[in-house]
Amino acid sequence: MLSAAVTVEGLCKRFAGQPLYDDFDLDIPAGTFTSIFGPNGCGKSTLINMMAGLAPFDAGRIRFNGRPVRDVKIGYVFQNYRDALFPWWRAIDNIEYPLKIQGMSAAKRRERVQELVAQFEVGFDLDRYPYEFSGGQQQLISILRALAPHPEVLFLDEPFSALDYETTLFIREKLQTVFVDNGITMILVSHDLEDAVYLANRVVMLTKRPTRVAETVMVGLPYPRTDETLYDPVFIDAKRHSLDIFQREVRK
Amino acid sequence: MSTRLVNWPRHIARPGMIGPVCIVVLWSLAHACGWVSARLLPGPLETFETLCQSMLRGTLWPDLEATGLRTLYAFLIAALAGIPIGIGLGSSSIVYRSTEFVIDFFRSTPATALFPLFLLVFGIGEGSKVAIAAFSAWLVIVFNTAYGVMNARRSRILAARVMGASNFRVLCDVMFYESLPQTFIGLRLGISYALVVIIVAEMFIGSSTGMGHRIIDAEQVYDLAQMYAGIIATGCLGYAVNLGFLTVERRFVRWSGK
Repeated sequence: MLSAAVTVEGLCKRFAGQPLYDDFDLDIPAGTFTSIFGPNGCGKSTLINMMAGLAPFDAGRIRFNGRPVRDVKIGYVFQNYRDALFPWWRAIDNIEYPLKIQGMSAAKRRERVQELVAQFEVGFDLDRYPYEFSGGQQQLISILRALAPHPEVLFLDEPFSALDYETTLFIREKLQTVFVDNGITMILVSHDLEDAVYLANRVVMLTKRPTRVAETVMVGLPYPRTDETLYDPVFIDAKRHSLDIFQREVRK
Repeated sequence: MSTRLVNWPRHIARPGMIGPVCIVVLWSLAHACGWVSARLLPGPLETFETLCQSMLRGTLWPDLEATGLRTLYAFLIAALAGIPIGIGLGSSSIVYRSTEFVIDFFRSTPATALFPLFLLVFGIGEGSKVAIAAFSAWLVIVFNTAYGVMNARRSRILAARVMGASNFRVLCDVMFYESLPQTFIGLRLGISYALVVIIVAEMFIGSSTGMGHRIIDAEQVYDLAQMYAGIIATGCLGYAVNLGFLTVERRFVRWSGK
């Protein structure tokens, strides 16, 4: 039995006077890869922002295995890597920054970065500045930064939406590797159903506002998933079923 | 045809040279053909000769130095007092909104209109010139620094927060750097404003040195070549300051706009 990495209870959030979330509950089991999918404006990003402590909410409780978010090491990958990395520091300083905040020594920080470089087979020079890299490399740098402090939970807010398809495939593989090797709980917000189903073993389908969970679709395919996965009947079924729920919710 | 033009020696045929060359040619024509009375416009040869002589004889340097130093003092005072206040104003929207009108009002008031006030307070001397130049530079530095802090990219602040950065860390590691490009714009504008005000002050608030004094003195005795030479030298000073600043800016805020 998996324990819950994140528990959301009785969450209420009003947006411009309208209820966005009203008495919303959600459990995300530890060690799972959860995708959150739903109609436009249902507050997918807002939900993970509230979980990560980046957005306030009006009522309810969000706990990480019983603890509030400030006591938990989390990682967060933003949609727009360009606006999330610090261009005044080199890539390596960016990756080390969360470790620096924790007061880790320079030698230890270097060591941790070397570990990540080896795990991700980073082939580019991290002594350069973020804006000197391609979009995919920059997003990889922000993923490395999020992973550096060994987070318990990694939030990914539409990490592919600013990337081309080739880069998306590359980053998708890297994320799978992290998930398989490190067993971190991953929570992905995506507007692409293929990405959402391909990566996750649980797809949380949300309704229109006031937002509820329409259904949680389980994707029982083993990792690592490959191109073959895309033709696997289990994958196709899960995707079709998710799409049905989505269409039903949009038309409501 | 066009390729031949492109193949011209690059260091001579730069597009940037066309403007200045055209002006000198136009100036020579205007002088030679008598379009403008020779009593108002000496020829370029005469003017540049006067400029060279002032440089070689060394009479230009004390004035240039005086103006340069006054501008520098005014700028330093303005920057030291302006950047911290700008950061303070920009960090709080309530403080900013409560002071916005006052800053905008004084920014829109020509500094020259305040000359008499500054004369009363600081007397006729170095103090009033530097003070009023510092004041006008200070306003633009405060405004731009505050603006830079206010417009710090929210996602970068959130990125630092989600990693567990304290308010102080966010201020030092994110807000400071985020505001730097705009602060530099303020500093560059500030030093230009300071130079303008210093020149005017040297002309009209009694002064025995400085480029403003030199230009108006030449005009008083109708030494027009000297007057134009002074104008050109002052222009060069302003241009050099601006260019120097841009170079520093490119070095320090390489990430600007990225």
